[in-house]
Amino acid sequence: MKRLLAALALIAYLPLAQATGFDYRLAPRQIAANTWVLEGAQEDFSFANGGRIVNTAFVVTSAGVVVIDSGPSRQYGEQTVAAIARATDKPVVKVWITHHHPDHFLGNQAFATKALGALPRTITDIAAEGKAFNENMYRLVGDAMRDTEVVVPTEALAPGIVELGGHRFELLALDGHTAGDLAVFDHTTGVLFAGDLVFHDRTPTTPHATIARWLSSLDTLDALPIKQLVPGHGPVAADAGPIRQTRDYLKWLDGVLTQSAAAGLHMTEVMRLPLPKLFRQMAVIDAEFPRSVSHLYPAAEEAALKPGAH
Amino acid sequence: MPQLPRLAVFGLALWATLAIAQPDPLDSARWGDMRAQLFAADAKVEFDSRVSVIGPLTAEDAMNVPIAVDASALPDVAEVLVFADFNPIIKVLAFRPVAARAELAFRIKLQQSSPVRAAARTTDGVWHVGGTWVITTGGGCTVPSTGSASPEWQSRLNEVSGRIWSRPEGNRVRLRIIHPMDTGLAASIPAFYIEQLSITDGQQRVLMEIDAFEPVSENPLFTLDLPPNVTDLAAVQITGRDNNGNKVNAQVAR
Repeated sequence: MKRLLAALALIAYLPLAQATGFDYRLAPRQIAANTWVLEGAQEDFSFANGGRIVNTAFVVTSAGVVVIDSGPSRQYGEQTVAAIARATDKPVVKVWITHHHPDHFLGNQAFATKALGALPRTITDIAAEGKAFNENMYRLVGDAMRDTEVVVPTEALAPGIVELGGHRFELLALDGHTAGDLAVFDHTTGVLFAGDLVFHDRTPTTPHATIARWLSSLDTLDALPIKQLVPGHGPVAADAGPIRQTRDYLKWLDGVLTQSAAAGLHMTEVMRLPLPKLFRQMAVIDAEFPRSVSHLYPAAEEAALKPGAH
Repeated sequence: MPQLPRLAVFGLALWATLAIAQPDPLDSARWGDMRAQLFAADAKVEFDSRVSVIGPLTAEDAMNVPIAVDASALPDVAEVLVFADFNPIIKVLAFRPVAARAELAFRIKLQQSSPVRAAARTTDGVWHVGGTWVITTGGGCTVPSTGSASPEWQSRLNEVSGRIWSRPEGNRVRLRIIHPMDTGLAASIPAFYIEQLSITDGQQRVLMEIDAFEPVSENPLFTLDLPPNVTDLAAVQITGRDNNGNKVNAQVAR
C-alpha cells in the first residue's frame, strides 16, 4: 500500500515537475537611475541558454515601467515580468520592440498587447516573418520555447521625444541591421538602448543587413551624449566604444567581400579566409563570418560580374 | 557436426565481403542505395581522398549552399558527378572538365542535412568518390524560387553575366545565368531548370560541359579554373538550354 501511495504521489508530481519549465535565472542589474539591464550570454542560440543571448532592459518611471525588448520566448517574458515586480510595484506601461528578430520580441505574450510598440516596418516584418522565426527557434533552443506564439505589436512608434514619468525618451527610427531598427535614448539618464545596431565583443549578425545604411545609423547614434550604452548583444559599456567596434567590423566585412568579389573568389573560398586578429577576439566570429558571407556575398559577386553579350 | 564446416564457410564468406567493401567514410545510411542507383553493378567505385568536396559545416541558407568540388589531384578525369544522399532529387550536377581543371564551384539546394559527394570517373573507368557532410535546417528543395514569385525572370531568363580573371595558376572564369531553377517539388510550380551547358573559348574549343539538375541553386553561378596552358582567352562562349528548350547563348569578354 505504501508503494502504491508512493507511485500515485510520483504520478501526481510529474506534471508539476514538467510545468516548472526553463529557468532563465534573470538577475536585473542596475546601470543608471531607475534603469536595469538583463544581460544575455555571448553565444549562439542553444538548448542550454534557452535563447538568452540578447540584452533586454527596463526603466522604472513614476508613470510606470518601460521595457525595451521582450526576449526570446514566452517564459523569458514571464520571468521578466516577475523580475520587474521584484524591483517595483509599478505596472508595465510600454514595451518597445527594437526590431523584428526573434530573440527580441518572442516574449511579447507576457505583456498587455496594447503596451507593445514598434516601428511600422518592424510591425509589418513581425507579421510576415514572425511565425517562421518562432518555428525555427523551437528547433534551435527546444523546450525553453514552450507555448511561445507570435504577438504582433499594436502601437506604431514614430520618431521623436516621449516624456514619461519624469524620463525624456527619444525614439530614433533607424535601419541597417534590419529594415526597421529602433534605438531609444533616455536623455534623463544618458542611457542609449541601441538594439542590434550595436554589438559589443560579439560578432554582429547580418541576415537582413544593409551595411551602408547601418553605418549611417551608427553615425547618428555616435552623435548622442551617451553615458551608458546597452548594446543588443554583449556587455554594457560606459562609452561609445561598442559603436566604433561595430563600425570597424562592418567596414572590414564590406571591404573584404567587395575585394574578394573583385578578385574572383567563390563563396567557399571567402568563407575560409583568415580573420584579422582584431576581430578574432569577438565572440562566435567563426560561426558568424561564414553566415555573413552567405547573406552578403551574392550582391558583391553580382556587382563584380559584367553583363554578357548575346 | 556436419553443420559446423558449412557455418564456418558462410562466416568466412561474410567476413571476406565485409573486408573487401570499403566502409563509407561519411557513415551515411544511404551510401548502399547511392552505390546501387548511380553506378553500374560491375563498376569500380572507390573512396578516394584525392577528390575533395568543400562546403560549410552548417549551411545558413538551405537554398544556397556553397560547394566547391576539386578532383584535380587525379590524372585524366573524364567526368565528375555531384550528388547529395538525402536530397529528394539526388543528382546535383555532372561536369566533364575537357580542357578545364577538374574543379567546379557552385551553390545547391539541400532539403535536409546530407553528405554532398563528388564521384570522379578517370579515363580507366574507375569512379573516385569524395565528400563532406553539410548540416542544415533544410527545406531548400520544396520552397518556390524567388524568381517564380516575381515577373523579373521572364524578361531576364537565361541572361548571362560573368568575368575572366588572369591568375598565375591559370585563368579563372565565373558565369552566372538568370534562371529560377525550380525543382518541381513546390506546390503548383513545375520543374524548370537548366539542363545542359557548354563553355567554349573564342575558337569554339570546348573548355567544360555541365549537365545541371534541379538542386542547383537559382541563378546558378559557376566558377571554373583553367590550366596555365589554356592561354589567349579573350572571351568565353556559353551555350545550352533548359528543360523547356529555352536557349542559353552568350559571350563574356575579359
